[in-house]
Formats: sequence, structure tokens, C-alpha cells
Amino acid sequence: MAFKKQAMIDWAARYTSLLSTTQNDTIKRFYGAAFSDKFAAIKDVPFVAMDFETTGLDSTRDDIVSVGLIPFNLQRIYCKESRHWVVRPRRNFNEGSIVIHGITHSEIDDAPDFNHIIEPLLQALSGKVVVVHYAAIERHFLNTALLLRLNEGINFALVDTMEIERKALKARQGLLGWLFNSKLGSLRLGDCRQRYSLPVYKNHNALTDALATAELLQAQLSYHYREDTPISQLWS
Amino acid sequence: MQAEQVEIAQFLVEHPPFDTLPTEALNELAMQIEVAYFRAETDILHLGQDISDLYIIRSGSVEISRRNGELYNRLATGGIFGQMGLLMNRKVRFPARALEDTLTYCINVNTFNEYCDKYETFADFFEVDGNVRLHQAIVEQADSNDLTTAKVKSLLHRDVVTVTTQTPIQDVAFLMTQESVSSVLVTDIEKQISDDPEEDDGQVVGIITDRDIRTKVVAQGLTFDTPAKEVMTSGLVLLDSNSYVFEAVLAMLRDNLHHLPVVHKKRPIGVISLSDILRYESQSSLLLVRGILAQQSVDDLVHYARQLPNVFVRMVNEDANSHMIGTAMAVIGRTFKQRLLALAEEKFGEPPIPYCFIALGSMARDEQLIVTDQDNALILDNSFDETLHDEYFQNLSDFVCDGLAKCGYTYCDGEIMASFKKWRMTREQWQEKFASWMAEPKPQALLNSSIFFDLDGVWGKLKWADELKTLVAKESKVNKRFLANLAANARNRTPPLGFFNGFVLEHNGQHKRSMNLKRRGTAPLSDVVRVHALAVGSRKQNSFERLEDIIEANLLPKGKAQDLRDALEYIAMMRIRHQAWQIEQGEEPDNDLDPHLLSPFEQRNLKEAFAILEKAQSYLKFGYSANSGVK
Repeated sequence: MAFKKQAMIDWAARYTSLLSTTQNDTIKRFYGAAFSDKFAAIKDVPFVAMDFETTGLDSTRDDIVSVGLIPFNLQRIYCKESRHWVVRPRRNFNEGSIVIHGITHSEIDDAPDFNHIIEPLLQALSGKVVVVHYAAIERHFLNTALLLRLNEGINFALVDTMEIERKALKARQGLLGWLFNSKLGSLRLGDCRQRYSLPVYKNHNALTDALATAELLQAQLSYHYREDTPISQLWS
Repeated sequence: MQAEQVEIAQFLVEHPPFDTLPTEALNELAMQIEVAYFRAETDILHLGQDISDLYIIRSGSVEISRRNGELYNRLATGGIFGQMGLLMNRKVRFPARALEDTLTYCINVNTFNEYCDKYETFADFFEVDGNVRLHQAIVEQADSNDLTTAKVKSLLHRDVVTVTTQTPIQDVAFLMTQESVSSVLVTDIEKQISDDPEEDDGQVVGIITDRDIRTKVVAQGLTFDTPAKEVMTSGLVLLDSNSYVFEAVLAMLRDNLHHLPVVHKKRPIGVISLSDILRYESQSSLLLVRGILAQQSVDDLVHYARQLPNVFVRMVNEDANSHMIGTAMAVIGRTFKQRLLALAEEKFGEPPIPYCFIALGSMARDEQLIVTDQDNALILDNSFDETLHDEYFQNLSDFVCDGLAKCGYTYCDGEIMASFKKWRMTREQWQEKFASWMAEPKPQALLNSSIFFDLDGVWGKLKWADELKTLVAKESKVNKRFLANLAANARNRTPPLGFFNGFVLEHNGQHKRSMNLKRRGTAPLSDVVRVHALAVGSRKQNSFERLEDIIEANLLPKGKAQDLRDALEYIAMMRIRHQAWQIEQGEEPDNDLDPHLLSPFEQRNLKEAFAILEKAQSYLKFGYSANSGVK
């Protein structure tokens, strides 16, 4: 499927240049890990799906409550290597969001500060292309969380399943549909999954959503892209 | 910190066999899973590729096919596939293809094995399927075989030509010439099929062939207006249009027929001729049978019998099933006897009194293979006078038994042969003998005589053999004590399975460490089947046909008779292939198999077949006690 081409980022080169300006060792190790060439075929690229549960949508005011990670590639999703952390936010989060996260107060009270998971988190992301559903949340929250604690932010390659879906729906809608302003269709994770006959998941902790995102990307890629598509067409 | 896969665990707990796992084991398993997505209409597993996972369908549907591409199964959410491949050298056995967009959970083979080892119910799920698996192995064998899958209707190439019983024979001959056919079917309008007489020429009652017109009309000088009824051959063997080609072969072999009418719901739709079949059955046990009848001396027969191993091997290589091979071998054996008896009557003159030569045991059951001894006996007319007639029948029996031995049918160790005077009895004496065996069944006597409960007339007054069969069938059905003893006997020869489901091997002459597939397998299975068959009053002799009667009578719990059939077929085919292999290696064929020569898959199936025998034998114990009896 032909999508409109956009400027392609060479993330491997960008990591190399970021490495030279970074002070923190943990972040340096992340930038220093071998990374996919911009021409690498998507079938050969190691991915990691990531999902954050947060106390709100504003990364400057709100905090990460939990992190779910699951590594995968075009063929398989590896539950065995998945990770799930609950972390304590800086201030008490409002009651409303408890329902969404399915995390109780006592779990939060026992949880460590985000500081404790930076090392294993960045290690798990190293060398892999991060996959999320809606790029803004994870990109900004991780950057802010590191800035707060290490005085240095982070910049990383992201594949956004929501963006892929939006392009796919636009392509389906076509020029006439666009002119007549026909409805594009929902971009929520669950609705996107339904288009590929993926099962409905009832749980919405960070790990399940990471799994759901990984499955969605597998489905999207098998529908819309050849397996030798260069990864730079997907990431941003 | 712990990455619990809640969603996966919740799915697994609702689907067998995972629902039987302890919660912790289930959660642990959920964490081990790998997920894979397949778009609709894409291949998941290719035939023969390496496989290292068990697949569970999380959503979507998957089509599993056979090696030849035929649909084998459709699986939906919760369906499991790949286990056959995991159990078999880790090669894909049944290719899988996504019918719809499909999400699968994959369990690595190491995890799968670990769970099978740790959790019995989990292992059982794949074990319990053993019988199904065995059945599939057999179905698959049958599938690759044209004769057993092709239906006779596929051989019918032209519309049927029929006349009625009243048609003058000249009109019949004219019609045959016009239609250029070598046979016509004769229908009787008195015997209607439907309610509409306009539409109905009636049921098939006879056949007229070119040969009939030559031998019955012209040679005997009948007038041309003789009605078809007086020329036709009646008492036909009719084939249903849904019969398999091999059933046509069996019918032709048994009765040495060249034409078989085919009917669909009693309505004639065609005729199958010998040449139709020969075109199909290239290796042709049929031709061998016809050849036997043409031999003019014992020496000729002995010479001719040397072809037998080759015919046997060819049948095996063409994937005939055990019923076909058993029947073909039995028919060939029967034909040798018939030819020898005809030669004997030529040599010693017409018999002074009527008699019937009967075959016993495996030949009577149509389960004879290449290695077999002769079991036979004579039924004599009640007017038998020892001083007048015995010498004749002694000579005749010696001639036949010696001739059979020279043709490769070795003498019976148990001395059950017509050449022994005790096995030449009059009709009355035989009936008394059977009655006494059944009235006062002594275990030892029964053991010796169980072979007599499979009997078949070969030559002479065949009706007398049927009389004995009827006697046995009627009496055994009501004689619980007899059945109980027969059942006890049927449990004497146990399958070669030890504790922990291993094979028990025997030291046997030159063959070290082997198991006897006949003594420990097919023979005790036939024994079990015989008990059930007699309990339902079946008059059939062949174990597969007996099983059909048993299934019909609903005697056994659902599926058990089918399991017995599969087990018998599997062990019999194992035995047959073993012998064919030995013949091809230039060895003397026997029944002693070294299981280490088998693939793990074959070993597993064989064990399952033996396990079915073992269960069937223990079922006999409570199913047939002298007091309770069967329902």
C-alpha cells in the first residue's frame, strides 16, 4: 500500500550523535546499543511494544504509574521477555484514574519511585524500535521522567500504531471521501484491533495494552506493508 | 515487577486442556507463550517444515489439511493444532492455513513436554486423543489408496441397458448388438420399486451375457422367442452404487464373477465388468485366482504358487488395506484348495457320498496372510460307512493336504487337518460335536476348538458349512456359560505391553528381542471380536464384518467397536508390511517384529492399538461372566 512519503529519519545516526552529547551512563548505554539501519527490512527489525499508565495527560504535571513492555518482531511476540512495573507517582493521583489502571492504592504505596526502573527499562528498550499506540504520551512522559531524575531527557525511535491506522484509513477513505468529509473511523486501540479481527481484551493494565499494541502492529504490517519495507517508512 | 499475562491466562483457563492446570502453572504458562498473527488466506504451517510449537487459536479460524491437500479439519477459537508434528520428529504433518484473520498462542515444545510430564490431565488430553490419532493414521492410509476410496459408480461409463423378464431373447440379442454391450440386466415389472408403474421397469432379477446366449440359447437350440427370464442368470450379487471398488473386487474374487450389476436404491444404473476392475487393479490378485484354476497338476500348482509372495508384496505396495489383502490371500488359498480337490476327484474318481471340505481359522475369516498353516476338515454325508468310504476320503484328504503343503501352506501343528480321521465327521457328528463344545465348555477343549468357530465351506455341499454356522450363531447368542468361557479364553493371550507403557519383547529363536504381532496382536483381537460377534448372533466370519454386526447391534459402549476395528487394522497392516518387507529383503516372512525398527510415531500408534486390545480384554472380564451376561 502506498502512503504519502515523508521525511525519513536515520535514527541510528541520530543515536550516534546524541551519544556524544549525553552525560548520563544509563542513557549513553541506550544510545550506544546497536540499532536498526534505516534501510533494514521490517521483517528483520526487533520491536518492543510499550505502554504507560499515567495519572493524567499532561507530562509536565502528571506522572507515570505503570509501565508495560513486550518485545516482538514480525513473526512472534515474546511474553516470556515481557516486563511490568508499577511505580509511585510524586503526588497522590486523583480517584478517577484508579478505575482505568486497575491499580490499587496499596500497590502504589508499595511501589518504588520511577528512579528504580530507569536502568532495567532503558536496557529492555536498547537496540529495539519502540512501538506505542499514540506516540505523544510515551515519548513525552519518558523524556520528562528522565529529565526530572537524571537532568537529561531522551529521544527515541517510535512506531505509532495509531498513526499507521490513520494513514490506512485515509488511504481507504480516498480523495472523494476526504472532499465530502466522510468519517474516518475510530482510532482507539480496541477499535483499531477490531478491524483486523483481533480479540477484545477486557483488562487494561499497561502490559495488556502493550501486548494489544504489539498484536495490532503485526496485523497492520501484514495487511498494509510488504515484509521488506524499510523500517524508516514507519518510524518517527 | 512480575509480568503476569492476565489476558492470556484468562483465555487459557476457559479452554481445555489448560482449564485443568493449577492456577500458578497456568499463569506461568501464560508467561511462556509467544503470540503470532496470521492474515486470512495465509499459510501458518507448511507440510514438512520444522515445527517447534503447539498452536492454540486465540481468535479466527484455521483449516488443517491432509498431505494430499484434502480438508482434514476446521478449527476455531480454542482449537489446538501442531501436536501431531511435535509428536512426530518435529515436522509438520498436517499443513495449516488461516481462513480468517487469526491470532495464535504458541507454546514451545520444551514447555509443552515439561507440562505433559508434570500434569497428567494435560498429557491425557493429548493421550486421550490417542484413539483418534490411531484412527487418523488408518484413515490416512486408506486415503492414499484408490481401491478403497473410489466408488464403483466412478467406474460406470455408460447408461445401463435393461430388458424385462418377458423380452424375447432375439430382441435381447438385437439390443445388445445395437448398444454394443456384452451384458444386459433383466428387470421384473412385477417387483416394483416406486409407486408409479409408468416410471418403473421393476427391480433387477437377472443378467444375460454374450456367453449365456451362446451356451444357453444357441447351443441348446432354444427358440428365438424364448423369454429372457428363461435364459438369464438369477440369484445375482448386486452392488450398491456407493460400494467401494474394493468391495466389487471382493465380490468378484469370492464368487468368481465377471459381471456385477450396480443399483442405486434398487434401480439398476450399470454393470461393472471384470475388465473395468482389471484396468483399475493393475497388480491383479484376480488374475492369479483365474490362473490357479487353469493349472493341470499338483506340480503346476506348486510352480504357480511361487508367484504368491510377489502378488502379496505388490498389494502391500499399492496400499491395499488389511481386509483386501486378507480376503485376496484367503480367496487365493481357497482357490488352491478347490483346484486340488478337483484334481483329487479326477484322480480318485467321483466321491462315493456327498461331502463338504471346510476351511477353518484365519482363512475362513478372510484374514489369511502370506505365512499361514492349513486348518481344514471334512463334513461327510450321514450315510457315511467307514468300511466302504473311509479309504476314499483318506486318499482325497492326503492328496489335498500334501498338495497344500507343497504350495507353501504348511501342515497344521495342532493336527487340525482333514487328513486326520478325527476331523472327518458326518453332519450329525459335527452337529453333536459343536453342541457338546457349547453345552459343556471346558476351557482346554475350547482353546483347541476356538478355531472351529471360524469356518467356511470351500468345496462340495457348502450348505452344510452354513448349517453349522447357523447352529453356532443361534446357540451362542443364548448360551451365557459358553460365551463366558469363550471370553475367558480370549483373555489368555495378552498384548506385549508392560508397565510404563513399554513394549514387552520376547526372545524368539533367531530373532532376538521381538514381539509376535499375530500371537500377541491380531489373534487375540480376533478372539475378542469373535466373542462379541457370537453374543449378537452374527454369522459373519471376517472380523471387520463381525465388527459391523456388533456396531449394528449396539452391543458395546459408543466408539469401542470402532476402536477395535482401528486397532485390528493397524496391527494387521504392521504385520503385513513387516512380511512384505522381509520378502523384499529375501528373508523368510514371519510375525516377529523388532519395534526398534519403527519410527517413534509408529511405535506410539502400535502401543495405542495394543492398549485398545488390553482394554477390550478387561472389558470381557466383566462383560461376560457366566452369571451376569451381557445385556
